[in-house]
Amino acid sequence: MMASSYNAKDEDGHISVSGPGGGALRSKKPENTAFKQQRLPAWQPILTAGTVLPAFFIIGLIFIPIGIGLYVTSNNIKEFEIDYTGVDMSSPCFNCSQNFSWNSTRPCTCTIPFYLEQSYENNVFMYYGLSNFYQNHRRYVKSRDDSQLNGDVNSLQYPSKECEPYAYHDNKPIAPCGAIANSMFNDTLELFYHPNGTKVPVPLTATGIAWWADKHVKFRNPGENQNLTAVFQGTSKPVNWRRPVYELDYDPLNNGFINEDFIVWMRTAALPTFRKLYRIINKKDNMVPTLQRGNYTLEVVYNFPVRSFEGRKRMILSTISWMGGKNPFLGIAYITVGSVCFFLGVVLLLIHHKYGNRNNSADISN
Amino acid sequence: MLRRRLNRLLGRDERIADRRTIYVGHRSGSTNDAIIPPKFCDNRIVSSKYTVWNFLPKNLFEQFRRIANFYFLIIFLVQVIVDTPTSPVTSGLPLFFVITVTAIKQGYEDWLRHKADNEVNKYPVTVIEDGRRIRKESEKIKVGDVVQVEEEETFPCDLILLQTSRDDDTCFVTTASLDGESNHKTHYTVPDTGRDLESLNATIECEQPQPDLYKFVGRMHIYTSNQDPAMRSLGPENLLLKGATLKNTQRISGVAVYTGMETKMALNYQGKSQKRSAVEKSINAFLLVYLCILVSKALVCTTLKYAWQGTPGQDEPWYNEKTQTVKETNFYLKMFTDFLSFMVLFNFIIPVSMYVTVEMQKFLGSFFITWDKDFFDPEIKEGALVNTSDLNEELGQVEYVFTDKTGTLTQNNMEFIECCIDGFQYKYRDASSELDGFCVTDGPVSKLQQKAGREREELFLRALCLCHTVQVKEPIECHDQGDGLMDQVDGLEADGQETSSLQEQRGFIASSPDEVALVKGAMRYGFTFLGLESKTMKILNRNNAVEMYELLHVLNFDPVRRRMSVIVRSKSGDILLFCKGADSSMFPRVRQEEVERIRMHVERNATEGYRTLCVAYKYLSAEEYNQADKGLREARLALQDRDEKLMAVYNQVETGMSLIGATAVEDRLQEEAAETMMALQGAGINVWVLTGDKMETAKSTCYACRLFQRNTELLELTVRTLEDGGRRREKRLHDLLNEYYKKAVLDAPPVKGGVTRSWSSTNQDYGFIIDGATLSMVLNSSESNSSRYKNLFLQICQNCTAVLCCRMAPLQKAQIVKMVKNSKGSPITLSIGDGANDVSMILEAHVGIGIKGKEGRQAVRNSDYAITKLKHLKKLLLVHGHLYYVRIAHLVQYFFYKNLCFILPQFLYQFFCGYSQQPLFDAAYLTMYNICFTSMPILAYSLFEQHISIEVLLDNATLYREIAKNAMLRWGPFLQWTLLSLYHGLLFFFGVRFLFSNPALQDNGQVFGNWSFGTIIFTVLIFTVTLTLALDTRHWTWINHFVIWGSLAFYVFFSFFWGGIIWPFLKHQRLYFVFANMLSSVSTWLVIILLILLSLMPEILLTVFCKPRGSNARQRKLVQSSVGDLQSPRSSARPLLMRTFSDESNTVI
Repeated sequence: MMASSYNAKDEDGHISVSGPGGGALRSKKPENTAFKQQRLPAWQPILTAGTVLPAFFIIGLIFIPIGIGLYVTSNNIKEFEIDYTGVDMSSPCFNCSQNFSWNSTRPCTCTIPFYLEQSYENNVFMYYGLSNFYQNHRRYVKSRDDSQLNGDVNSLQYPSKECEPYAYHDNKPIAPCGAIANSMFNDTLELFYHPNGTKVPVPLTATGIAWWADKHVKFRNPGENQNLTAVFQGTSKPVNWRRPVYELDYDPLNNGFINEDFIVWMRTAALPTFRKLYRIINKKDNMVPTLQRGNYTLEVVYNFPVRSFEGRKRMILSTISWMGGKNPFLGIAYITVGSVCFFLGVVLLLIHHKYGNRNNSADISN
Repeated sequence: MLRRRLNRLLGRDERIADRRTIYVGHRSGSTNDAIIPPKFCDNRIVSSKYTVWNFLPKNLFEQFRRIANFYFLIIFLVQVIVDTPTSPVTSGLPLFFVITVTAIKQGYEDWLRHKADNEVNKYPVTVIEDGRRIRKESEKIKVGDVVQVEEEETFPCDLILLQTSRDDDTCFVTTASLDGESNHKTHYTVPDTGRDLESLNATIECEQPQPDLYKFVGRMHIYTSNQDPAMRSLGPENLLLKGATLKNTQRISGVAVYTGMETKMALNYQGKSQKRSAVEKSINAFLLVYLCILVSKALVCTTLKYAWQGTPGQDEPWYNEKTQTVKETNFYLKMFTDFLSFMVLFNFIIPVSMYVTVEMQKFLGSFFITWDKDFFDPEIKEGALVNTSDLNEELGQVEYVFTDKTGTLTQNNMEFIECCIDGFQYKYRDASSELDGFCVTDGPVSKLQQKAGREREELFLRALCLCHTVQVKEPIECHDQGDGLMDQVDGLEADGQETSSLQEQRGFIASSPDEVALVKGAMRYGFTFLGLESKTMKILNRNNAVEMYELLHVLNFDPVRRRMSVIVRSKSGDILLFCKGADSSMFPRVRQEEVERIRMHVERNATEGYRTLCVAYKYLSAEEYNQADKGLREARLALQDRDEKLMAVYNQVETGMSLIGATAVEDRLQEEAAETMMALQGAGINVWVLTGDKMETAKSTCYACRLFQRNTELLELTVRTLEDGGRRREKRLHDLLNEYYKKAVLDAPPVKGGVTRSWSSTNQDYGFIIDGATLSMVLNSSESNSSRYKNLFLQICQNCTAVLCCRMAPLQKAQIVKMVKNSKGSPITLSIGDGANDVSMILEAHVGIGIKGKEGRQAVRNSDYAITKLKHLKKLLLVHGHLYYVRIAHLVQYFFYKNLCFILPQFLYQFFCGYSQQPLFDAAYLTMYNICFTSMPILAYSLFEQHISIEVLLDNATLYREIAKNAMLRWGPFLQWTLLSLYHGLLFFFGVRFLFSNPALQDNGQVFGNWSFGTIIFTVLIFTVTLTLALDTRHWTWINHFVIWGSLAFYVFFSFFWGGIIWPFLKHQRLYFVFANMLSSVSTWLVIILLILLSLMPEILLTVFCKPRGSNARQRKLVQSSVGDLQSPRSSARPLLMRTFSDESNTVI
């Protein structure tokens, strides 16, 4: 017994604890099980040209149609884009962008006329696009308080430290706190249709632009159905905001933290050039296209400065297909991969054919 | 014999630095001296490392001494201190996991040790104090206590035997638990102490504790009231070791000399120096590369960050202002913090969990060796034993096998074949009718023509019967069996058959099987050794008369003298010295005229593969004996240099003898020894035989094992070849070395990867033979260019198919192993042996394998793996080693691969997020990636993969060459894997990035954010990484299926779960509904499928394009092997060829 205690070695954890009389006396014939003898039944696939070839052809045959479908779909999506940053002297928004000041009480408005060459049949989605805006900057991404946004009253009064330096203003907690909320996109975009020289506003829907789960679960106003003004009493609006959070919309279901514009903005973009859904132009009846061919104007209340960081602002009108917005990448990629697979299949077939012959002749020579 | 060899090995230059004095029974020696009892340690055995209190700090300290753990701790601390992109949890949790698992494992082991310690320490023992017998716990024994031990009990500490219940002042002991030798060993009481222990007044002076089990020197002073103190010498025969068990003796008493941690057993317990495998070295090299990549990535990012921030408006745009504290921070400190943050962000490139996985793989994988039923030996009812799991993969990398001959290549099952007396050959012809052999009273000798005089014959047989240290195994069942046996022996004539079977039953026990074979051989010729009783040896001679000889001295065997002697006094009062030993050590010590007659026989026997011993005798006159007796006694009493002094006396006594004859004992080859050796050579492994045996014997064994073939040209470098020229030996040595070098190295065609060698018959094979004396000349050459010759020697050896080193001392074996180990390219060496003389080389080699043979358990205890038969080596290397290597190599490469393509998108993302260290993946994914999502499939792969089936591996030894020289972990494959992961990483990131050029991916026009971006990449990553492994898996058991598909399913399930709930403990609900939303987009599905397929494409193409050639080569190999199989029927006839060879050599001589 003593010796066995010394056999126990610490390096590898193999402990040979044996009963009195030493381990040698114990018969330990290994069990003849498939597992212990490493003879478990096993499937032994071997990739050969024979098995891979059909796979390549099939992939090619499936991918190319999908790719073509994607490409065509993407091409059929109508998209119209307007840069209204106001960098050029000629641009209508030049003045607004030049004279921008946070303190100005009078909003600067600019009107951009444009002409739609195609009519947009289905629902049209209106996006705003920003460039060189680093919504994915680490300092920016973490600067939010999700429990505050989820309606936690305590977090409303004591915002998270992550929100610094946008947590308190004048010793009052900021609601919603953090850099993301503070820098919320606050240009107002309005669209007018000009048939025959008249000016018809295009109706824009501001709901259904945020993720359902965000709107209904992740974001919640504090204080169960109370008057929002009262709930947010004692908090300060974000420094760069013109209105407090409880005045974002008149609709109580789209006000406060559950304002969809706000929710959309709070979902930080992946890349410094991004677009976010702004409004939806719903199709009214089947006979009339949603946006007809013709002259339009975009009226912008210019509140969001981007020139300080060389940024750009765009307004995008787009229809949507089953694959989302316009993006030729996926279609091209599928076509390419499919063709490459097909091509490889052919090459492999040739090689296989040639090689197989050689192999046979070698066998014969043997 | 062996233990004496070991003596020399371990205790070469032991000097008694100090000595201790022990007062027996704590009674002062001389009456008037007040004794100050010296402080000795108590008898507590502590093998445990930790106590309850110090476990946590000590264990943590030990664990963080590992460089990898320390690295992760640093990363963790950086995360805690500095504002870093990922929370400390991401690296803290895996580290905690690793540390906890290891701590639990070590804690459990230590608990087992505690339990074992307690069992030993609390064991009740009987201590005699002032004449009373007191029961005590074992741990309370103090040095000087007189302890009483009953039969079948183990000794609680090292005792000097004072009193025994046996009449002849002896006791029997087995040391099975110490060194595995299960035979009974006789120990003797100190003379003049046994009478009355209560009144015994004595002191013991002995050396300080030392670990050598077989070495002990001391002196005992016995004080009696009226006389001068008597002095008695103490040796190992008086010392009963802790851990040994008392047998065949009712009760003994002894005085404790060494207790607790000072006992020889405790001193012998020490962690072996840990062997590191080559794979681990590769891992470390790769780690270094990845560390460089990590640091350079962090540097690049930091530099770019500050360059980017230099452009106006980017550092701090209005929407993203810094906090006050950040603004106030020192610029350089900020830079450093940023650097650290990048390090933390990319630290996952160094896989934390790789260490755990590698260790688990090794630990669990080694069970397959113990479980293998092919390794089970029904005779000793044991399978293979794994002592360390660290070296599993090393078994697949062996380039040199060093094997012992006796007991390893051969069975160590000795059989007496023939003898020669006075130059006349006596051959025992009827090996099959062995029983007839000695039941006929006349003995078989009479059947032959009487060649030598009957007197010489009998003298020879008496010598065989007397000159040994064999014990007769006493039947334990009944004590008066001895008499009954005697009767039956007397009745031998009447009832031959029956008694002979009874005779068979009584066994002989000896430390060396040669001796048993000799005694049995003598028995066959009519002289039976009946046993040793109180210094009297009894022999039953041919006339069935019992002859009695008083045993005066045994001059023990040692490997330097290579002989042993006994001095006996016959009934008639003649004092005789019988000596037996190796020819080389005997011939110079006998009268020269007798030598020639016998030398011929000895050499012929040796070439036939028999072990030969020469027997000589000498009459001692009374004064000669007295002189020798005095010398021996003095030498035995010496406390210092006892061995040297004894040796001098031995040499003095063993001179001028007359040679009577020689014996030949056959040592049969192990089962399938030749096949195993052929397989090893086919696997490209160089086999070297290192033996202490004679050159001729060893050479014939090599032929029998087919290490040397008929067409092998032997290059000999032995004492004999050196003496040929008549020139100076060293000069001749160097000439020969140069000559052989030219022959074997320069003229030989360059070996292409070793493959051509064994299959093409056109190449000349060389075998190299060197003996111990010449080897020491080569290694210890005094001349300045000795290193050059050493180098020459090494190169010659490496170009030979087989090398035989004979007449090796154990230490020389280790020297050779060391030389090869440290040679260019540092090849992986494996030593295999069964005896204590192989321990040194087993410890020296990269992998040490012990054979559970007849020569005790020393080799097994010191080995890394122990097997029961030599033939198992083939499967161990060709199958287990090969599979383990492939498994772990793939494991390591895969781990680096999956972590690089995990981190690369994260790195690329920095270019798109303003170098702000924004992590691409959520913290949960970062943490779980290595622990949960990707760890199980690779672990299952590394346990169950069989890329080639076991049978094919066994049949085609050449497959072993494909993985030789760490083939799968060299820079080539590493680069390949790295390129693959770069490709994957780039593909993942840019594929999804281009998709996100329009983030409106849902059919309701809503857009995706950065977390969706990361999650899509991560999903592609998980699937690709797992499916890449699936593509590499050639052996899909249900476990692989379960684990691969299971972990993918788990990922999906986890993602839904993690994103489905607002987690109250999280600050950020980043992934809320991200995964579900992601799956609602058709585009995302399409991109995921596309990217996975595109990532797997190169792997598929590579296997398809490379496979034809590979499978073709395999086919060719199969054809070759079938050719080899065709050869094998012929090869089974090879022993015949060997016979003819040996016959030829006979005629030559």
